[in-house]
Amino acid sequence: MTDVLDAPTSPLGKPIKRTEDPRFITGEGRYLDDIKLQSMAHMAILRSPYAHANIRSVDVSAARTMPGVLAVFVGADIPYNPLPMAWPAGGSAGIQNNVNTPRILATDSVKWTGEGVAAVVAETEAQAYDALEAIAVDWEPLPAVVDAEKAIAPGATQLHENAPNNVVFEWNVGDKAGTDAAIDGAEVVVRQRIVNQRLIPNPMETRGDIGWYNPGTDEYTIWMSSQTPHIQRLLVGIFTMGIPEHKLRCISPDVGGAFGTKIFCYADMALTLFASKELGGRPVKWVEGRRENYQSTIHGRDHITYLEIAGTRDGEVTGLRVKTLANLGGRLSTIGPGIPTTLYARVLSGCYKIPNVYAEVTGVYTNTTFVDAYRGAGRPEATYVIERAMDLFAAEIGMDRAELRRRNFIPPDQFPYENPSGLGTASGGAKIYIDSGNYEPAMDKALATVGYKDLAAKKAEARGRGKLLGLGLSTYIEVCGVAPSKWIGAVGEGWGAAMWESSNIKVHLTGKVVITMGTQPQGQGHETTYAQVIADQLGIPMDDVIVQHSDTQGTPFGYGSYGSRTSSVGMTAAIKAAEKIKAKAARYAAHMLEANVEDIEIVGAEYRVKGSPDKKKTFQEIAFALDLAFDAPEGMEPYLDETAYYDTPNCTWPFGTHIAVVEIDEETGVVDLVRYVAVDDVGNKINPMIVDGQLHGGIVQGVGQALWEGAVYSDDGQLLSGSMLDYALPKASRLPTLELDETVTPSPVNPLGVKGVGEAGAIASTAAVSNAVIDALSGLGVRHLDMPYTSQKIWSTIQSAKGGQA
Amino acid sequence: MGEHISLTVNGAVRELDVEPRRLLVQAIREDLDLTGTHVGCDTSQCGACTVHVDGKAIKSCTMLAVQADGADVKTIEGMANGDALHPLQTAFWEKHGLQCGFCTPGMIMAAADLLANDADPSDEAIRHAIEGNICRCTGYQNIVIAVRAAAAAMRDGAGAPAGA
Repeated sequence: MTDVLDAPTSPLGKPIKRTEDPRFITGEGRYLDDIKLQSMAHMAILRSPYAHANIRSVDVSAARTMPGVLAVFVGADIPYNPLPMAWPAGGSAGIQNNVNTPRILATDSVKWTGEGVAAVVAETEAQAYDALEAIAVDWEPLPAVVDAEKAIAPGATQLHENAPNNVVFEWNVGDKAGTDAAIDGAEVVVRQRIVNQRLIPNPMETRGDIGWYNPGTDEYTIWMSSQTPHIQRLLVGIFTMGIPEHKLRCISPDVGGAFGTKIFCYADMALTLFASKELGGRPVKWVEGRRENYQSTIHGRDHITYLEIAGTRDGEVTGLRVKTLANLGGRLSTIGPGIPTTLYARVLSGCYKIPNVYAEVTGVYTNTTFVDAYRGAGRPEATYVIERAMDLFAAEIGMDRAELRRRNFIPPDQFPYENPSGLGTASGGAKIYIDSGNYEPAMDKALATVGYKDLAAKKAEARGRGKLLGLGLSTYIEVCGVAPSKWIGAVGEGWGAAMWESSNIKVHLTGKVVITMGTQPQGQGHETTYAQVIADQLGIPMDDVIVQHSDTQGTPFGYGSYGSRTSSVGMTAAIKAAEKIKAKAARYAAHMLEANVEDIEIVGAEYRVKGSPDKKKTFQEIAFALDLAFDAPEGMEPYLDETAYYDTPNCTWPFGTHIAVVEIDEETGVVDLVRYVAVDDVGNKINPMIVDGQLHGGIVQGVGQALWEGAVYSDDGQLLSGSMLDYALPKASRLPTLELDETVTPSPVNPLGVKGVGEAGAIASTAAVSNAVIDALSGLGVRHLDMPYTSQKIWSTIQSAKGGQA
Repeated sequence: MGEHISLTVNGAVRELDVEPRRLLVQAIREDLDLTGTHVGCDTSQCGACTVHVDGKAIKSCTMLAVQADGADVKTIEGMANGDALHPLQTAFWEKHGLQCGFCTPGMIMAAADLLANDADPSDEAIRHAIEGNICRCTGYQNIVIAVRAAAAAMRDGAGAPAGA
């Protein structure tokens, strides 16, 4: 076996400036709307003003005569299937999914405000929007329902014939009998209804597509702001339009943020391709407006949960029973049902050793925008449930919140750990377990940093200033690096597809390296971190490596970037490709040096004969010789070009403790986040600067949910928080400097020992801030309060608690 | 079609015929092909379209192109001087003040306006100055650090490139 020694210098693990940044800081990034193609036409989509209505007729005759209009389409014109739904709720016998997905344009009825009804293609964008106003739809408005509890109540308006009582699915996981017995026999049981409100994800770049049909080759190309160009060949191409993969090329240009929203298959993708074909091959561009984004791109969260947590009076938690209603919108998005089931209920017990866990989840149709994966996707909701539950239980038995957590942590000697809410019992026989963890050191570090032992004095000091100070803990874990195909692809549990990744490495004649992969960045810095990993592997400078991605022509197939999976799954594929490159280079070095391959040792970029330090070839010399191939030995192919595919044996499990400190102004109800301490264990770090940046952004998105954000519908289904003017996003002036620290427990699952960090901040922070606000109000007798904690809500709560008029 | 306007953009005089309803950001992006200025919303909230008009940072979605007739406009493409980056561009790169990059041009233009008026801003002043610019990736932390670093570099003589 060839020995591989450490490279003398390596960029791995260093805070290297990002290689993608020069184009972004100079305005030379190339996002979807920056692309102009020859003869390109523009599309606008007419969207339903009603949340629930039948379409009696659509008259487009006037619109067709408007200046610049090239074509007008209605639902009946589109010959394609409804959009695919790729992740039904499953895993147990007899789970039925009552599936209804959007059509490309609605034909008979609409189920939410914003569902597409007609489309205009014109010479200019302005002409397309002008013509929308000339379309006359004869509507038959119907009663609407926007709340999941009301939607399943008797007498509610019914959205779909195949979904009685508006139920998408009824799903459960865990040991019902055991959990019932544990709760029935417990010394202490705490019950609480909690709401995880609906969020609008808001990547700064909205979505958009340019569809192009080439009549000369009968092939299609789509540029789209997407996290998943490869799987869109399946979702848009074969499943929706009936175009096989080899006839559809998908390209994601620079993507201006995504946070889950750009994983999915949307109707506009097929619509631009259809329109281009109808126009004989003119490219057709559609760019989503922000208000349109609020209605036609997925929302996140929206759970109503009834939790019960049981245990002993001295702080042993023995049971957790949860019933959740998941509002999935008017029709299903691509993996909507998978989020509140597999990615939520299966991790409800968090980092605690709770012997009895049982959850029932009901997916519900309402007259709202569809709900799917938003940063964290199920795990923020699970963390919110368990971390609120732990605080409620601690308050009930009068135990310190940190001590209760410490008492119930999964001990470090019990990994790998199979949790009782069903990860280990996934169908297909695959064992999914929590790979590693050591939770107390992270919590202790965070407690020390924030000065937890002085909390009472801090509260008293704040009280003197007219402020209510509160501190909140969130000791989270999350499941990252999704996922083993045999688990996620098992019939009835996941995508109904695999989740492996791939990478190709080509070494040119000069020794310069091109790496391509199936993952797709949206701001995470993959061009830098892949180069760090591969430069380290091959012992070459980062400048000699270029990273290319996001075009199905020229990159190997991959499932895309989401679920914090790129570093653990995608980069392991890249390492495997590099290992193949090194193995072939070593074989050729042995040939050049007239040695046995077993005697070649690799030191950085040098391939040496053991014991003869002068006998060596550099990586670049080998690449040159193998490219020319004058002297290749019998049976060896020329050129260094290797592809590897990697299916992870398990997920990865980051953890940590986040602590928020808030001060509430008693007079105004304004909540100030005054400190935020985060100790995260994401395993080894490829680039600690990028890791910190991911945590910052994730934390602030979670803070946004706790304090400001929330989608608001009127009872008749109008989205009242329908623009950036009405939906409160985090602003710089409302945030403190975040204080980050770490523990490092390398993941045993992959060779880098990484776990993934894209979602950790958002998973942890909402619960930390929520627990802090409720702690601040606890002196007034407040036990729980649903988010977001707007000043109006807090002021009213304080006034009510004091017996005043709220 | 429409109105004839003449404006100076990044130092060059540009003549355009625009519809009266054309926004300045549309003229910059569509007519002048300067696509570094982005559109992130439709209600003047996000600040991705921030440019300088006559030396002041404005949201170019909030101004009609015809209103910019005769004005001096600077966009992100005009911030560097050849290969010499503006200190803000350097600082955003070095301090990891961007992730997806979509808000970055507007953020840099807003910060440049601040630094033109306050050479040594406090963190509070920086956070207030970028109140009208939304970033969904960074949590603002490294943006604040980058603006502070750029201010220090400019005070130490790493002056803005000519004309900035």
